[in-house]
Amino acid sequence: MAAITEIPSDNIADIGDYKANSLWRLTVRRLFRQRSAIVGMIILAVLIIVAVFAPLIAPYDPTAVLIGVEDVKKREAPCIHLLGCPEDQPQHIMGIDGNVRDVFSRIVYGTRVSLRIGLFTVTIAVTMGTLLGATAGFIGGWLDNLIMRLMDVILAFPFFLLAIAIVFVLGPGLQNAMLAIAIVSMPAYARVVRATVLSVRETDYVEASRALGASNIQILFSRILPNALPPLIVLATLGIATAILDTAALSFLGLGAQPPTPEWGTMLGSERNQIFSAPHLVFIPGFAISITVLAFNLLGDGLRDALDPRLVHAGVKSD
Amino acid sequence: MIQYTIRRIVLAVPVLLAILIVVFALTRSIPGDPCKSILGEKATVAMCEQFTRDYGLDKPIYTQFGIYMKNLLQGDLGNSIRFGRPVTLIMIERLPLTIELGMSAMIIALLIGIPAGILSAVRRNSAIDVMTMVGANIGVSLPVFFLGLLLVYLFAVLLKDTPLQLPPSGRISAGIIAKPFYEVYEMGIEEGGLKYNFYEFIANHYVFNAIITRDWELLKDVLRHLLLPAVALSTIPLSIIARMTRSSMLEVLGLDYVRTARAKGLTERKVVLKHALRNALLPVVTIAGLQLGGIFSGAVLTETIFGLAGVGLSMFEAITSRDFPIVQGLVIVIAFIYVAFNLLVDLSYAFLDPRIRLD
Repeated sequence: MAAITEIPSDNIADIGDYKANSLWRLTVRRLFRQRSAIVGMIILAVLIIVAVFAPLIAPYDPTAVLIGVEDVKKREAPCIHLLGCPEDQPQHIMGIDGNVRDVFSRIVYGTRVSLRIGLFTVTIAVTMGTLLGATAGFIGGWLDNLIMRLMDVILAFPFFLLAIAIVFVLGPGLQNAMLAIAIVSMPAYARVVRATVLSVRETDYVEASRALGASNIQILFSRILPNALPPLIVLATLGIATAILDTAALSFLGLGAQPPTPEWGTMLGSERNQIFSAPHLVFIPGFAISITVLAFNLLGDGLRDALDPRLVHAGVKSD
Repeated sequence: MIQYTIRRIVLAVPVLLAILIVVFALTRSIPGDPCKSILGEKATVAMCEQFTRDYGLDKPIYTQFGIYMKNLLQGDLGNSIRFGRPVTLIMIERLPLTIELGMSAMIIALLIGIPAGILSAVRRNSAIDVMTMVGANIGVSLPVFFLGLLLVYLFAVLLKDTPLQLPPSGRISAGIIAKPFYEVYEMGIEEGGLKYNFYEFIANHYVFNAIITRDWELLKDVLRHLLLPAVALSTIPLSIIARMTRSSMLEVLGLDYVRTARAKGLTERKVVLKHALRNALLPVVTIAGLQLGGIFSGAVLTETIFGLAGVGLSMFEAITSRDFPIVQGLVIVIAFIYVAFNLLVDLSYAFLDPRIRLD
């Protein structure tokens, strides 16, 4: 008897493992077949390296004011020795900002800030959204109604406008800005999780787990959430792009990161009137935001195509 | 269709109510003295006592909500701290610019986005397709505030003193006066009052005003000022619309009825533009409607950069000076417009696709 119960359970486990692996392996293989996704991953890899090794890459402290330290002037244009800038001038490859700080060092440290903003914001949004969506789908009834109507109300506002209103009430600051963006992006995750819960809740394998005595929490984490993972990953990757873009916009308006934090949106916002006299102070942070957001967008699109077998079958994006 | 319309309008009421509740809750969760945050730091004790009585701040929360609702229904959005004027009047002055800016951006997005998407789908994997899709990817990744400044640099600095030069800020050039149509046609509208406010609101749509007063000099000047901000604001919706049109077109082109149309011997042009496009545009309508929220949000950034005195710039100024009543009023008005527009989009969708209203 013991042998008989052992064999099938082993087999089931094997099949389960095999399937789980193959989905992800297939995804990775499809992902690497897309040129745009590869470009996204390469940019992202560079950004991560820059963020991790920021202290080694940046020649100056990002908040250090260089008055009296070096012979540099306010808002000086970039000076690169290789490109013919006189050797006796101190080299600042991205120039000097309005507070006489090295722009390159600020951009390098800004990578840390931006990646952290993206990851933190989306982590908060996904966690809150998953909890709410799972509760709504699992418990159902009036609680489901209450939670989902609340999400509808958030969606009834223009995304960025509600974020502005929330930060305005909470008070300006990077943390509040991130929280605001997390709150307004939460409904998308809640909806996806709830939809998955509803579609999976009644399946035979969930019934089977229940019959074996699994608790609701166990079923949720080991049976239902894995099903919600593919759409969540896609949403979250694209969500990081949005989070970075919108937090930068909030910072630009003075509601997000406060000076002297080396945040790209803040850097651009505080020098925006210098577009006529020192355009590099606008272009460089703007370019940094764009390239980071682009990387996450490319990766997110690639993941969506790789994770969505429907598109492959429909012949829409199989190539 | 009528039944469906009525049902959708009735369903929008709770959404609007919920928006008001959320804004009310946000108002009441501002830390510190509500009197000081709404009347400004200079408010005296007597003013604050009056304020507390007026808004029932010493009464239970539901009474407060009642007073808040009553004021809103009477069109009273409070007074701006900075200007000491009713928020409603500021809105009448400034909303038209934002409407014109948003509409121009939307028109640019649709006029370029849809043809680009169609072309991309029809010439799939061609150079045009690749370029459009790369462009769309870059378009959604460029922050509006950065793109706006780039355009300013290009058209006001680099192209200065060429025919392509465009003004970097403002709504009309100095010296040009936008004479309201009711003065041009001597309609005898007295200043003040509801009628005047209404006419003023219409006249503040400079493009419209210029057209009906046939002031082509003004029209040209207004459009020149509007072009850069509208282009900056249109990029994100344009990219999204182009992508949506492409994928929806590809899906439709693979359907049986399109093959039938081709088998009948119709020209490719007719198949694409007549048979496929109509169905392919359905999801584009929805996505375009959703972009409206982005347009309003983007207007805050665009107007700030181009120094355009619309509601977006008002929002920015109100944020920096912590002018609470303006922020509150703008959030309510814009959210209402957004809901109304999405309702219109839903209705047009049902109009285009009979399956939806029969559900």
